[in-house]
Amino acid sequence: MAVKVRRREFLAGAASAAVGASLAFPAIAQPKPVRIGLLTVKTGPLAAGGIQMEQGTIRFLKDRSNMLAGRKVELVVGDTGGNPAGAKTKTQELVEREHVDMIFGPLAAFELLAITDYTAQAKMPVLSLAAAEDMTQRRPNPYFVRASGTSAQPMHVLADYAAKELKLKRVVTIADDFAFGHEQMAGFQRVFEDAGGRVVKKLWPPLVTPDYTPYLAQISGVDAVVQGFAGSNPVKFMKQYQDVGLKLPVLAGAPACDEALMKSFGDEAVGVISCSAYTGDLDTPSNRRLIDGVVRDYGNVPGLYAAGLYVNGIVAEAALEKTGGKTDDREAFIKALRSVSLTDTPRGPFTFDHLGNVVGSFYVRKCERKGDKLVNTTIKTYPKVSQFWTYDEKWFLAQPVYSRDFPPLKS
Amino acid sequence: MNLWVVLAVNSITLGGLLFLLSAGFSLIFGLMKIPNLTHGSFFMLGAYLATSLIAHGFDFWTAAILGGLLVAALGGLVERLILRRLIGAELAQVLVTLGLSFMIADVCLLVWTGDPIRIATPPALRGATLVMGLGFPTYRLAISLVAVVFAVVLWALLDRTRLGAMIRAGVDDPAMARVVGIRVSRLFTIVFCLGAWLAGFAGVIGGPILSVYPGLDQEMLPLALVVVILGGSGSLVGSLVGSFVVGFLYNFGQAMFPELAYVVLFLPMLVVLVVRPQGLFGRQAA
Repeated sequence: MAVKVRRREFLAGAASAAVGASLAFPAIAQPKPVRIGLLTVKTGPLAAGGIQMEQGTIRFLKDRSNMLAGRKVELVVGDTGGNPAGAKTKTQELVEREHVDMIFGPLAAFELLAITDYTAQAKMPVLSLAAAEDMTQRRPNPYFVRASGTSAQPMHVLADYAAKELKLKRVVTIADDFAFGHEQMAGFQRVFEDAGGRVVKKLWPPLVTPDYTPYLAQISGVDAVVQGFAGSNPVKFMKQYQDVGLKLPVLAGAPACDEALMKSFGDEAVGVISCSAYTGDLDTPSNRRLIDGVVRDYGNVPGLYAAGLYVNGIVAEAALEKTGGKTDDREAFIKALRSVSLTDTPRGPFTFDHLGNVVGSFYVRKCERKGDKLVNTTIKTYPKVSQFWTYDEKWFLAQPVYSRDFPPLKS
Repeated sequence: MNLWVVLAVNSITLGGLLFLLSAGFSLIFGLMKIPNLTHGSFFMLGAYLATSLIAHGFDFWTAAILGGLLVAALGGLVERLILRRLIGAELAQVLVTLGLSFMIADVCLLVWTGDPIRIATPPALRGATLVMGLGFPTYRLAISLVAVVFAVVLWALLDRTRLGAMIRAGVDDPAMARVVGIRVSRLFTIVFCLGAWLAGFAGVIGGPILSVYPGLDQEMLPLALVVVILGGSGSLVGSLVGSFVVGFLYNFGQAMFPELAYVVLFLPMLVVLVVRPQGLFGRQAA
């Protein structure tokens, strides 16, 4: 509750400050504010991630005292409700009524897919977390940048680590039965099998599965389990994994062992090895600022979603500085966005490839208990990871997009 | 071989949990003809309330009972203030209960945030127990036991007490029940509170397995619906049998035909609806 009040107060304060400024200094010298539209989810099952996205954005703007490249910033938040239709409506509202200069978000891949054609037509720069592979591969949108990565990008890294460092040979994968799960596990499978490992079985529980035991009962004859759950499912999955007495090591995707979930996990998560574009123990000034700020304002530890939006803010700021604060020339602005090269961000150093996807550090972490808290400790950093991993881009793009059945299981 | 034993035992424990959830739904629907779409929300709300109670130092079982009571109180209010005015208006009841479920979900999001919350397994029931030579989580076995105890208590309540006789009379023929002097409207409140209590209690009991998170309500509601449609509304035996049938369908369906998990779950419901609309144990509509 307290969180809400503070957020409202801040927004009201920010809004009145903006109004006050424009009253005090009429048109002449004062450039008009940059308007940032945030597409997030504040109701329904996806709300946890969506609320963190908002926290990350607001924290970033607070850290910059609401000024980017000499221009005031106005934030307009749209709640998509976590569905494609809502995302579409809110996007149109942001573009046509609110006249925003760029959009942060949305959260989910299916929301992004619902708005991508429209935003490309409207030449609206979109900085998103949504991981759908083809957004920066076979169906690229020239006005899109993604600083977090594709679904499979961290899984390529995790697979490499599993095969080469952990020397795992046979694994079973389990993930939510939707595109994000499919893409994650397909990416893992390709790299793991190219490194000599073998994915024995891929299990796909529906997104809504109260009890994973029927799936857990099918796990045997492997060295480890790779899980790629999202939302609140990882908490339920790990608890039930422990309850059925499975002792195999668990490898996890980025949302599956996210910092923001640490307070919900119990000891069953200790030892889980995961890979993510963000890691809480990354020692950069901006990451420390992010963590301190979010803990102070909201009382929770930021994870991938909050950090991702904080990073989007830094990207937008860097691009604005390149264009001298101008956003009117959309082509120039998107060019500036894509040519951003950063070192001090909460996710470490990165650049963008020509398709708008991040080339940057990915972190392999191990979940550990420190005192009364669970934390992810980084055990290996892979720098400059591309969405194509070590594969040739032309070859990669000529392959079908990662899916439930591609690459197929070897029999 | 092990797989089948694990699945079978797990089916029984899931069935137990579903029985706790659906018995109340079935009673409410059977007696009051209200398709109570807030039932999943009661389940979730009970679990959320328990997390707060446990955080304030209550032990698990006290929190389960108290959480259930708080939900029952809310259920009583809903029945007295809203549903009472909508008797017979089924569409209105569906809309109101659906609307309430959205409102409860939003309030939960506001109070408990969107982060999933874990309910710790009571210490005495942690670990595994050997069943047919296989280790099985003790807590899950305990749920089956709790369900059996509740089944017996509810059966005794309905079959052996005066209150139960009145409820049964109300289910069978509310008009005649009124004529013979039963205050059916008070029965409605009692049954609605009891149903809400069972749902809230089930939410807490399910917590250590499921944890609590936004959307839990909409995950559980369809399962309760399937149970009641299969078993027949207003029938305790129906709920019991329906719960275990669904428990088995769910577990074996997902293990054997993972692509068709939902088909396996809902197809029998469709068949029952077409062939025997009153459900396996439901009485022919009066």
